Amino acid sequence: MPFMAVNDFFSILPAAVIALFGCALLLMRFEGGRVYPMFVVVGEVLAGVGLWRQADYVGLVGFQGSILVDRFGIFFNSVCLAAAVMAAIGAYRYLKGKDEDHPEFYALILFAQSGMYLMVSGTELMTVFIGLEITAISFYALTGFLRVEARSNEAALKYLLLGAFSSALLLYGFSVLYGLTGSTRYLTITSMLANRLPNDPLILLAIVPIVLGLLFKVAAAPLHMWAPDAYEGAPTPVTAYLATASKVAAFGLLMRLLLGPLHEFRPSWEAIVGVAAIASLTIGNVAAITQSSARRMLAYSSVGHAGYILLGLVAGNQAGIEAMLVYLLVYTLMTTGAFLVLAAMEREGVDDFRGMLYTHPGAAMLMIVFLVSLAGLPPTAGFMAKYTIFLALIEARQHWYAIVGALYVAVSLYYYFRMVREMTRTPEDGAVGVEMSTGWRAAVGTAAILTLGLGLNPEPVFAWARSALK
Amino acid sequence: MDDALFYIFAAITLTGAVLTITRRNPVHCALALIFSLLGVAGLFLLQAAEFLFAAQILLYVGGVMVLFLFTIMLLHLEDAVKLRRYSRQWPVAVAALGAVLLELCVFIQTGVAGLPPRPAERMNLTGNTERIGDALFRQFSLPFEAASLLLLVAIVGAVWTAKKKDEVAE
Repeated sequence: MPFMAVNDFFSILPAAVIALFGCALLLMRFEGGRVYPMFVVVGEVLAGVGLWRQADYVGLVGFQGSILVDRFGIFFNSVCLAAAVMAAIGAYRYLKGKDEDHPEFYALILFAQSGMYLMVSGTELMTVFIGLEITAISFYALTGFLRVEARSNEAALKYLLLGAFSSALLLYGFSVLYGLTGSTRYLTITSMLANRLPNDPLILLAIVPIVLGLLFKVAAAPLHMWAPDAYEGAPTPVTAYLATASKVAAFGLLMRLLLGPLHEFRPSWEAIVGVAAIASLTIGNVAAITQSSARRMLAYSSVGHAGYILLGLVAGNQAGIEAMLVYLLVYTLMTTGAFLVLAAMEREGVDDFRGMLYTHPGAAMLMIVFLVSLAGLPPTAGFMAKYTIFLALIEARQHWYAIVGALYVAVSLYYYFRMVREMTRTPEDGAVGVEMSTGWRAAVGTAAILTLGLGLNPEPVFAWARSALK
Repeated sequence: MDDALFYIFAAITLTGAVLTITRRNPVHCALALIFSLLGVAGLFLLQAAEFLFAAQILLYVGGVMVLFLFTIMLLHLEDAVKLRRYSRQWPVAVAALGAVLLELCVFIQTGVAGLPPRPAERMNLTGNTERIGDALFRQFSLPFEAASLLLLVAIVGAVWTAKKKDEVAE
């Protein structure tokens, strides 16, 4: 058998393209720096074509069971790809303002994305773990990318220390799983675990660290401590990327494990996921009320959103899982958009939004669309996403979860609309400046149009999510 | 004979590990770590994994540890000795350790039926290196190759963080 067949290469094609483009970026040095994001977009378009072509070869297994090409992976990778493109485009003007527009930044964004590919498409524990580490290490470096800013360095160090802890936890869980089954491949693990009872204590020894490690990566309470600091200290486009793509990939991995090899052991993980969901909703939404920094507020709100997404796993039925996919896609659009608006602003306090509707009506309107969607009001996509989660919970007869979730929507209205209210007040002297590049307008504008459009006609997303779960 | 050797090597490994975290002088710690890694190499040999045994000695005991020692010696030793060695969280760590230990004891005592039924197979004595090659380049070729990307990312990140700002500007 040859070392590597065409099939094998095809199964990792998008990741390979992205990684090679990243390597090429490391060798570049141009005046002006406008070339880098364009180069990233070219790479992402090629990777996107790769993903699209893969859809015709669903079920292809690469590297003796290390990678599986399926619609589920394609869905998650497309969402990560969208987030990476938006972060790269939105970063150009921001980095230029900080005098840090270096190709390494874009290279790390691409490397992180190829790690995510291995995370969500990998079907073997080692591949998945190495993918996760590629993503994590890229993000440590990206968080501390602004070396002269103490805030950025501090955030990177905190994230690194806590991230290493969570990776170790996850690895411990993986090693127990390997010890129990003698294999790292999902398929073999599933068949080896088939004759165990759903509440086998040995399985619990594997499930607890795995679930906790991944809950850390998705920034769900009570393992969210790193998120507000990292989100606040990182360069804002990195925050946009970290809050969305990294979370989406970790959710992809969590769902692949919990709904794949560990699905029969639902009684063992149900309670952890349920507690984490409620804790995230509570901590995220309550802590967001008092924040004066817009970035910190959005960071806590993203903890809250992780709670809503976990509720889909609590419901656990077809509708719930489908709702999770829809929610992840919508969440990526609106959160990336909101953080990119912050990236374009000079200062990022909640007060700095004062009078923005008069001084910068375009940016303010975009931000309002994202905020309304984050709050979950019609006619935006955020409403559809939350609505389907609650519907799935009621279908699964988990009424209490649905009620608690709906109550926190009301809480979140307060802090999202605090920003909207600031925008409508009369502007003061020294109003905040907003710098927008053409690419930024295109990227954020598209995100806003999709956020509104998918709220009015969500059918395409639902159809896509349904096909991803087939 | 095998059992006796196993306990000897295990004792070396554990003693080394405990000394590594309890000695005050970093150089002593590093030496204790070498000791511990040698014990692990012995355990590999007991499993008839000669290749891993050689790699363990060459890479860890030889290369990595020398690097380690150099780094430590270039740092300020006197300061390091005076530093407080453990953070305040050590009771938590001890509790966690106790929990894991208890778990293991319980499972070894009661849950033997739950563990894989057969003892670990002894590796094929003849094709040891071949089997590692097969594992690395065929069964696990993807994670093996992906690890190179991981290392690249780590290098880029480390160099970026360590470089001063004006060095990049030129």
